[in-house]
Amino acid sequence: MAHPVSDRIRGASWRRINWRKQAFAYALLLPSLIFLTLFTYYPTLKTIRYSFLSSGFGAKTFVGFDQYARVLQNDVFLKVMKNNLFLLVMTVPTSLLLAMYVAVWVNNRMKGNGFLRTAFFYPNVIPMIAIANIWLFIYTPDYGLIDKALELVGVTGPNWLGDPGVVMWAMVIMIVWKEVGFFMVFYLAGLQNLPGEIREAAILDGARPLQLFARITFPLLMPTTLFCLVIATTNSFRLVDHLYIMTKGGPDNASNLLLYHIYENAFSFWDTGAAAVLTVVLLVILLSVSIFNYAYLDKRIHY
Amino acid sequence: MRIAPYKIANRTLVTLLALVFLFPLVWTVLTSFTPGSEIINRSNPLAIRSPTLDNYAAAWDAVPFLLYYGNTVVIVVGILAAQLFTITLAAYAFARLNFIGQGFMFILFLVQIMIPPDVLIFPNYVVIKELGLLDTKLAIMLPYWASAFGVFLLRQTFKQIPYELDEASRVDGCKWWQTLWHVYLPSARPTYVAFGLISVSTHWNNFMWPLIVTNSVESRPLTVGIAIFAQTFETGVQWGTVTAATMLVILPLLVAFLVFQRQFVESFMHSGLK
Repeated sequence: MAHPVSDRIRGASWRRINWRKQAFAYALLLPSLIFLTLFTYYPTLKTIRYSFLSSGFGAKTFVGFDQYARVLQNDVFLKVMKNNLFLLVMTVPTSLLLAMYVAVWVNNRMKGNGFLRTAFFYPNVIPMIAIANIWLFIYTPDYGLIDKALELVGVTGPNWLGDPGVVMWAMVIMIVWKEVGFFMVFYLAGLQNLPGEIREAAILDGARPLQLFARITFPLLMPTTLFCLVIATTNSFRLVDHLYIMTKGGPDNASNLLLYHIYENAFSFWDTGAAAVLTVVLLVILLSVSIFNYAYLDKRIHY
Repeated sequence: MRIAPYKIANRTLVTLLALVFLFPLVWTVLTSFTPGSEIINRSNPLAIRSPTLDNYAAAWDAVPFLLYYGNTVVIVVGILAAQLFTITLAAYAFARLNFIGQGFMFILFLVQIMIPPDVLIFPNYVVIKELGLLDTKLAIMLPYWASAFGVFLLRQTFKQIPYELDEASRVDGCKWWQTLWHVYLPSARPTYVAFGLISVSTHWNNFMWPLIVTNSVESRPLTVGIAIFAQTFETGVQWGTVTAATMLVILPLLVAFLVFQRQFVESFMHSGLK
């Protein structure tokens, strides 16, 4: 992603401003600004307003922070946040480490590497909804792919999607499977930009392979890792399509996630107030991640 | 030449992992050719005794695929065409013009990257309702017609084009849009291809937003159609039909990906570069 502009308007004293040029620049931005206003700025403000109003798509009354108290103290909300946190903690480090490992070994021009890259990347060109269809069958009790495989070794698998204690683990496996190839691509880009001389110098100095990775490759890939970390964190809040097919957030909200919970509240329970409050929560989370990224990481990762 | 043992071990491990990753797809393809009665009874999940195309025939009859394909293509092309227009103009302004409030505008565009339209499903539904566009293909497209990601990607490319080329074409009497067309667009082709591939694959796969704003077969894309179809099946007997329908949904993009593999991977790599 790009950096904030550092180039200032050169020597702009008011008298010398060419107003036609100013208008021209804004005219070029206008088409984008129209849609950004309609579908980003206006709805964001609207959500904040709705979060203080009573529910329903019709007339509303002002209820203030009561609605926040009602929604945020709800047990389901706490469960949903716990699930999101679990997903974040379990999938992000796993996908990034696996992606880095795989990238290091499919990076060179060896025969068969094209095939290996494809095998890891293809889940990213399949709709999440199709992935859900496939994995629903993989996780089906008794007849599903996993239970059939376990049967061969004489083990009875758990009810992958029906057991509240297991369902999130099943989701984690599926999400990691989807994400590894995506981040592998960024690591491949990162590896190709590494300065070769440092590596060669270290090899001449007799560095062992593991040392080489720990002391040279891993630290030099840090900018890529931080970039992927931000995307992976954001993704863990955005990927919810599969719930519609696989569990509907169940059993008993054990696999429910924030964005799906927003969908449920707005379009199944018609609780627009709750949907607005939950959207505000999601916006605060996403904005925090971004601000952390731009204000803190962007300054630190340039070496 | 001797290859170090640790290299062989790691290569083997990565290859095995790749096979594990491929397995769900291989299994889906095989299941889509398996008769329903065999799916339940077999003990080896990969065995097919009498391969059949019945599942595809059944899926094709049960789902209005042609209509859904058409809808998805219209939506994907409609989004991309509008995006190319809006991002080119804005990227040119950010890359080559100096104007008051440039920094502020930049941050304003950045907001869309921080808050992508797909998390605003609830308020955007209200906006679409206010515009009276519920249950139309336009409703699915509109929120994506501006793309801050595309603007920033293209701006980086435009900045690398020598300014002398721009000036030279003006000296030759080109209007700004002629300069844009003859100088900037050809030089930025790889970026346009990268953005195009990412945009098309994102919107071909989008689900939640079209699910919310559509309500009829006429405006529904493939993803929503297949989800509603899959919902009607619970038992294993129809797995064959559902996997066949799933294959029909993923096939176009999967084939495109296999054919343009390098461009796909490079596009995604390109998009992450600073």
